[in-house]
Order: sequence, then C-alpha cells, then structure tokens
Amino acid sequence: MKRVLGRSVIAVVLCTIVFGLAYPLLMTGFAQAFFSGKADGSLVEVNGQVVGSKLVAQGFTSSKYFHPRPSATSPAYNAGATTFANLGPTNPDLAKAVRQRVRAILKLEQPYNPGLTIGDIPVDAVTTSGSGIDPEISPANAQLQAARVASIRGVSKQHVLDLIAKYTDGRSLGFLGEPGVNVLTLNLALDREASS
Amino acid sequence: MGQGISQIVVYTVVLIVLAYPLGTYMAWVYSDRFRGPRWLAAAERGFLRLVGAGTSEQDWRAYAKTALGFMAVFAVLLYLLLRLQGHLPLNPDGMKGVLPDISMNTTASFITNTNWQYYGGEFTMSYLSQMAGLAVQNFVSAALGMAVLVAVIRGFARRSRRELGNFWVDLYRSLVFILLPLSLIVGAILISQGVVQTFSGHATAHTLQGATQTIARGPAASQIAIKQLGTNGGGFFNSNSAVPFENPTGFTNFLEAICILLIPAAQVFMFGRMIALRRQALPLLGAMLAMFLIGVAILLPAEQHGSQVLRASGVNITQGHRQSGGNMSDKEVRFGIADTALWATATTNASNGSVNGGHDALTATGGAVPIVNMFTGEVIFGGVGSGLYGMFFYVIIAVFVAGLMVGRTPEYLGKKIEAREIKLAAVGALFVPTMVLVLTAVSVVTGHGLQSIFNPGAHGFSEALYAYDSQSNNNGSAFAGYGATNFSALVGTIALWLGRFVPLIAALAIGGSLAQKRVSPPSAGTFRTDGVTFAVLIVGVIVLTAGLMIFPALSLGPIVEALS
Repeated sequence: MKRVLGRSVIAVVLCTIVFGLAYPLLMTGFAQAFFSGKADGSLVEVNGQVVGSKLVAQGFTSSKYFHPRPSATSPAYNAGATTFANLGPTNPDLAKAVRQRVRAILKLEQPYNPGLTIGDIPVDAVTTSGSGIDPEISPANAQLQAARVASIRGVSKQHVLDLIAKYTDGRSLGFLGEPGVNVLTLNLALDREASS
Repeated sequence: MGQGISQIVVYTVVLIVLAYPLGTYMAWVYSDRFRGPRWLAAAERGFLRLVGAGTSEQDWRAYAKTALGFMAVFAVLLYLLLRLQGHLPLNPDGMKGVLPDISMNTTASFITNTNWQYYGGEFTMSYLSQMAGLAVQNFVSAALGMAVLVAVIRGFARRSRRELGNFWVDLYRSLVFILLPLSLIVGAILISQGVVQTFSGHATAHTLQGATQTIARGPAASQIAIKQLGTNGGGFFNSNSAVPFENPTGFTNFLEAICILLIPAAQVFMFGRMIALRRQALPLLGAMLAMFLIGVAILLPAEQHGSQVLRASGVNITQGHRQSGGNMSDKEVRFGIADTALWATATTNASNGSVNGGHDALTATGGAVPIVNMFTGEVIFGGVGSGLYGMFFYVIIAVFVAGLMVGRTPEYLGKKIEAREIKLAAVGALFVPTMVLVLTAVSVVTGHGLQSIFNPGAHGFSEALYAYDSQSNNNGSAFAGYGATNFSALVGTIALWLGRFVPLIAALAIGGSLAQKRVSPPSAGTFRTDGVTFAVLIVGVIVLTAGLMIFPALSLGPIVEALS
C-alpha cells in the first residue's frame, strides 16, 4: 500500500500540472488570441465605458425600457451570485410571488394596453429564470411591453415591434433552442435612436 | 410539441452517430495493439517510469488497491487546497478558505465523480481551486471510472487469466487519448460561442440606469468541456449550465447535452468491440435508449403542461411561436421547455448532474423522472465507466433470472454465472438504493436533517430524497433548495464515498472472477443475450428491483404532490 501511495503522489502532481494548469492556460491562450471579446464576457461598451454584458440581464425598472424576467438572486440580477428560486410547483410562496408580479405588470401595462387581462401575460414574465440573469425575454413578453415603451418614447408601436423583430435571436441553426429577445441590446438600440 | 420531438430525435441520432466511431476508437486505445503518435508513446513510458509502475498487469485486488490509493492521495490534496485557498495564488477576487464541512463534502463529491455542490462557485472558489482542484478531478475521477470499466470488460473477454490490466496504463490512456482531446475540441467550440475563459477577475459595468453591476467571470470554458464530457457536472457558476456564461445559446446547449451521454454511449460500442461480439452490445444499448426515451416522454409533457401554481394563476402558459409556455419557473428563455426537459433527463441518466434549469421547480411528475433515473444506479448510459459496469450488475441478475425460468445454468458470453458473481451483482445493484432510502429516512426523522428542507409539504420530502439519491448515486444534481448544514454535509459525505466504492469494488471483483473462467461454446440450450428479448428482460429486472424499491418513497413525495 505504501508503494501505491508513493506512486499516487507523483501521479497527482503530474495530473495537477497537466490538467489543472497547462490545460486551462492553453485554453485561455487560445480564447484570448482568437475570441477575446467573447472570452472576456461579451461586454458591451458605449463611448468607451462598459455598460453591461450581452449575456447578463440588468435591472431595468424605468418604464422607457423593456424589463427583464424576474430574478431570484440577491439583490436581483446579481451577476456575482447566480441562483434558482427553488420554489416547488405547489409552494404557496410561488403562488404569492406570481400574483404580485401579475398585479405589477397589469398596473404598469394596462394604461397603454386597454383591456389587458391576466391571460395576456406570458409565463416567462412572471417566473424567475434559471440563472437569475437571463438576458432574454420571450417575443411574447417583448410585445406585451411594446405599447408602453413606444408611448413613453413617443414613437410608433409598429416601429418598436420592428425593433423587437430585429433584435430577436432565432433558434440556433434554425431548430435548436427557443427564440428570445435580448433586453440590453434592444434597450441600447432604443437609446441610440433617441439620442440621434 | 413538434419542435421538442424533432430536437429529441436529432439529439438521439447525433448521439449514436458520434458514439459509434468513438467507441471503436476507445476499444483500440485500450488494446495492446494501440500505437499513439511516437512522442505521446514516449510520454506514456515516461509517465509510467515517473510513477515507478511497470507495464505488468494486475489482478483485480491490486487494481482496486491502486485505484483507491490514488483516490485517497488526491482527496487529501484537494481538501487542503480548498481550506488554504485564501493563502494561495490565482485568487484575484480574494476568496477565503472554504469551511471545513463544505470542504469535506466537496472533496468527496469531486473525487467520486459526483460534483454535488453545497457552495456557489463564483463566490466561494478561487481560480486555483476551480482549476487545479476541481477541474483536475473532473478529468481524473472520470478517467478512473473509465479505467475500472475497461478492467471489468477484460474480465468478460479473457479466459483462464487472473490479470485485468494495468491501472496506470488504463488511467493514462483515458486521460491523454480520450478525455483531453475531446475537451480541447469541445472547449474551443464553446469559447467561440461566448463561454467565458479569462483570468481577469470580475468585470464592473455601469448600467444604462446608472447602477454598478459586478459580473463574475473566470476560466470557465475549459472546465465546462470536461464537466460535461466526464459526467461530472459541477458548474463554474452556481446556477450551472443555466448561466449564459456557461451555456449561451441553443447550439452550445445541444453540444453540452450531447457531451453528457457521448462517452457512456460510446462505451457500450466499445464493450462490443472488446469482447469481439458486437451484437452483444445492442441489447444493452437498446435498453438504455428505451429508458432514456421513456424519461423524456414523461418529463417533457409534464413541464409543458405546467405546474399547479402557474396553471391556477391564469397567466398564458400556452406554447406558441412567440413563447415556449409551460412551467418556465427557474428555466431560461433560450432553452424553453423542450431543451430543459431533454437535459434534465440526460443529466440524471448519466451521473452528470449539471443542470440548465432548476430541478427544484420542476412539476411533481417531471421531478419524479430524475429521481427514478438516478435511483436505477445511473445505468441508463450512466457515468463514464460506472454506468456500464453498473449495468453489468443488472445484466448478471437478468441472466440469472432467465436461467431460473428455463431451468439452465446461467451463462453470459459463454461464461458460467455462479453464486459468487450473483452475490456480487446483488450487492452492486442493491446496496446503493438501500442506502438512499435509509439516509433519506434518517434525514426526515431527525431535527438536524429537517433543517435542510426548503419547500413545504410533500415537495420538502422530495428534496431530501433527491439529495441522498443524487449523492449516493454520484450524480450531483439537486433540488437545490435543500441546504447545507453540518449534518447534511456529513451524511452526504458518507453517501458519496460509499456510493462510489461499493459498486466499484463489486464490479472489479466480478471482473476478476469472470476472467478466471473458461468459455464454453454456445449450444442449442444457451439463452441468447443478443436480441430484443434480452433488452426487455434487462428493463424488466431494473423495474422489478430499483423500480419497486423507489415506489413507496415516490408515493410520499412526487405522487402526493402531483395529486394535490
């Protein structure tokens, strides 16, 4: 057994050097040489300042912006501590949270969407995402918010709908995953138009 | 639903198309005929010289002893690394040493190829711990399982021999000729799609509304490639593959999901090659595929149907071309229902345990699928190595049952299956499920155990059941509301170690016993083990053992919840 342990120590050191240091360093070298923007987190800059990442939701609350999905992180949209909400399918706390989110959405959107009912709210707008920083909302969720954003920004609703279509990421290769609208990219496009 | 079905069909076809050549290649890598590139062959000789091991072969006892000794040394080193990370380099975000009970559980978790995580990576682990500690184990624990499987298969293939192979050679070849090249390819593709790989520490953003946002980053892609390929599953970030930095698009999701089952599926083909009876592998593959598809066929519609709370809320959960609908709690928009359901099934078929959505928020029926998948002992493809050697337990029991039914001495691949093999197979198949039920029972009748439960009612019981099911079977996924306490970390640690050791040793012992036997040629009375009948028999044996054992526990958790 002693001999096995001695051999193991050497093997452990070798494995750590190759797989723990050389391998990730090699990958990092490759990443930084060819895909540095993506490897550094797909950061988005405006006038030389980092305003966020294309892959990370941020807490838009102003009504001139599209809003992301609810987040279970603490505080919300904490990109330093991702988490699920972990509320089970029959948990009363989940029911309560969904009710509150429904009320908030109806209050926010009804003035711009007369006749809006609960049945018009897409499920992703009232459920937490898996990461807590889901950068996307469903196209249905974006369309629900279009009238408000258009009205507050003083542009036509059709124009905002066109922008949504433009910033909808389709399925990869046409069939993998689900389409989604990147909230940060869309809001940035709206701001760009407003300032030009 | 059509969208979901087409993705599952494409997934299954791509999996098999990739697994077949990989399995053929792996059989060659482990054989005596294997000649790698000259410089790698020289490196192999150098490695064997450095560790002071010759190329001579070991019997099953020596093989097991070497494997366990190697694990023990690594465990000590990993524990120290986690405890001392605050004083070590490559720690740009200033992480402190990991707490003792979490270090203990995490060490057991990563050495046993489980990757159960009682911590959140991005706010607990230094880059050094992630790379030199956890990611190394992703390679080594996987390679160890692969080596053991190869040794067991040699037991089936050889006649009248005692030796099963040389542990160091098998380990080296698993690492250098299988896991490393695949990880390099997969890691490079992931990086090109937006998975982060940097040593720059967190980024700071000034958001459009004037707030400051801290964005955790790190050398993630290199770790994710191997955590998916090696059925490890431990995320770089807390929310695992739900986090866009780990899994940014539908394409990366597909690739990572393929990687979950790729090596385990390839090993079935490898088995056929190594015993030189390729048809014999088909019933195993068929049984695995059938159980995989049954799992998806239950999980996907259950999630699309939605949870009780969401159905009652009145919001729109109908699937359409503008939303995937269904139970979107703790799921990401870019994956929707179909890709999350497919992943949840695959990750609990294999002992992977990575998740791309929160399992705690699955519907009652949907959540029962992972629980049952894991409870089979992770043999539906299963962990790299451990899945197939776990399946051999059921194969031996199935052969035994068939022998009883037709009144003949049970045989498999021409080898007589006798009392010793059947006893070992029974231990291998029944020990872990029994442990799951015992530990779950302990955790729900003690005050300390109850503190870990997060959700009320029947779902809380499901959380505890899931926790010990996952750790005992070395899966690593969680109903993540289940919290870390000193008690749960300790009980979990016991589950992790025993769940790895007992089946591993039982499998090697079976291999050692079979290797010594002679092979008798098939006769008219031989029970055929290469047809559909045998595949059905295997599934039947799994249902009758694991299925019946888990049923009472299921009826306390998911079944009650589904009916409420």
